Amino acid sequence: MAKVKLSEKKLDELKEVCKSFNNDKGELINVLHKAQSIFGYLPAELQEIIAKELHTSAAHVYGVVTFYSFFTMTPNGQHPISICLGTACYVRGAEKVLEEFKRTLNIQVGETTPDGKFSLSCLRCVGACGLAPVVLVGEKVYGRVSPDGVKDIVAEYNN
Amino acid sequence: MTSQIRIALRNCGIIDPEQIEDYIARDGYIALAKVLTELSPETTIDIIKKSGLRGRGGGGFSTGLKWEITRKVQAAQKYVVCNADEGDPGAFMDRSILEGDPHSVLEAMAINGYCTGGSKGLVYIRAEYPLAVERLKIAIKQAKEYGFLGENILGAGFNFDIEIRFGAGAFVCGEETALIHSMEGLRGEPTVKPPFPSEEGYLRKPTNVNNVETYANIPVILNKGWEWFSSIGTEKSKGTKVFALAGKINKVGLIEIPMGTTLREVIYEIGGGIQNGKEFKAAQTGGPSGGCLTKRHLDIPIDYDNLIAAGSMMGSGGLIVMDEDDCMVSIAKFYLKFTVEESCGKCSPCRIGNKRLLELLEKIVQGNGTMEDLDKLRNLSTVIKDTSLCGLGQSSPNPVLSTIENFYDEYSEHINKKKCRSGVCKALMQYLIIPDNCIGCTLCARNCPVNAITGERKQAHLIDQEKCIKCGACMEKCKFNAIIIN
Repeated sequence: MAKVKLSEKKLDELKEVCKSFNNDKGELINVLHKAQSIFGYLPAELQEIIAKELHTSAAHVYGVVTFYSFFTMTPNGQHPISICLGTACYVRGAEKVLEEFKRTLNIQVGETTPDGKFSLSCLRCVGACGLAPVVLVGEKVYGRVSPDGVKDIVAEYNN
Repeated sequence: MTSQIRIALRNCGIIDPEQIEDYIARDGYIALAKVLTELSPETTIDIIKKSGLRGRGGGGFSTGLKWEITRKVQAAQKYVVCNADEGDPGAFMDRSILEGDPHSVLEAMAINGYCTGGSKGLVYIRAEYPLAVERLKIAIKQAKEYGFLGENILGAGFNFDIEIRFGAGAFVCGEETALIHSMEGLRGEPTVKPPFPSEEGYLRKPTNVNNVETYANIPVILNKGWEWFSSIGTEKSKGTKVFALAGKINKVGLIEIPMGTTLREVIYEIGGGIQNGKEFKAAQTGGPSGGCLTKRHLDIPIDYDNLIAAGSMMGSGGLIVMDEDDCMVSIAKFYLKFTVEESCGKCSPCRIGNKRLLELLEKIVQGNGTMEDLDKLRNLSTVIKDTSLCGLGQSSPNPVLSTIENFYDEYSEHINKKKCRSGVCKALMQYLIIPDNCIGCTLCARNCPVNAITGERKQAHLIDQEKCIKCGACMEKCKFNAIIIN
């Protein structure tokens, strides 16, 4: 795989973040949260740099990144779409909504559309069970989504 | 009409959570002041013990006792932790308390610190709850400005500070030892207890971990007295419990009911009955660790011990209502899939055992199950429960055992008759066209994504079962009710 080139400016920002946490490896999860919000994802190259900054091994960083579902090693689409598959959403038909998204975007869960516009993921309960089934696009929440409504949601971001 | 009693949710929706003055106006921080100036830590712990408050995260351990154990351990530094890693799908009680009344949790944590000897508090919260995080940050800042947190609180010589730690999407981190490891920047894997966190927890120091809702009860108990609190509820479960009502019910949302309320009152009075006039089938409590309550259980009083006796558990408070359209085998499969994904992989009974359970369930919903598989499911479930390292594995087979126990007929129908009465299991379904109702409008054939429907115009159509992918598009489009599921 080609090596990912990371922007110097962002790397400086990351190093500042590490410093603000006293380069303490006990703060690894906090650092990873910040790093993901700066870079959008956590490629291996970035993990090596974080390991060096926090005086720990790259294996330890990789172990933590892959343990938690919030961290991702692949870049998300411009509009990440997440379908809630919590129990309340499940019993109100979230699976059918997911199927419709897969069909409409022609990608599987965990993939990004070729134009980089949308990515698809599932998550467990955003605590909006009253609105089930729930879909998130970026940080915007769509409630009571039906398979028929999928087209409209996608269209909203396609213009 | 059953009345709800708001204790944990007393301020939610009533005060502005970003204004500490609103909280103070409703007796906020009075309990802390009273404790610091009038009561000794021992007396305070005694009040909490006598109130009968039990852990609201699901375990149901006596809160006062937990505090006492932490207090008795000798150490220079102790920690007070709030578990806000609300991971049960379908539960959002903690989120609502943190978003609606964050100061109640902060106040209780400070009281806990005074009682147990902890000077540092940590809130471990899901990163998926940005608004709750934001409100907590504001609340901590305001409490410091008012001198309710920080050095020499209210001039009583007591120091206490609170920090926020973020989860990163791992269900197992709700388990207290896993949560502590996650706070230390490690993979959130649990460790064997003992030692319990109250003896050796965060950074190997004594740590008292309580859930959000448990904390929210503390100031009220101290303000109104343990006698008042213990007058609510049943013999062994005192006070109220917040439930997140969701699923196929008319009124969804949070409710706070006295312990001992029946499921019937919850569903039919508070929840307004089942959606679309359908028939109640089951209520799932305790999330992936819990089980199903059925019609048989409608009239038992809900408390910790009765729910366990009924093969479920209190859990953190998710209550998901299911109707006749839900297939219980699929529900068991749904929870197992969750457990398999969320198992941390450290111990083999949970990592491998749950995977095997899921495979057996998949075999059944595909129509390939045998009655022998049911025995295997039961045996394996028992082994996993007995041998897993932490609470996740020890309870993960509960949805399987509980659905087999309560819905044995459905399992046997899937196996013997290759039938799913709720029409959920796709592999067991067949879409059929009733020739008498079909007028040959061709709408279904035109909408079929795999061209499985054939037939001349104005003549009855036919579905090729080999080609059909069971998407249901034809049935949705048909205007003459000519397509049925067999």
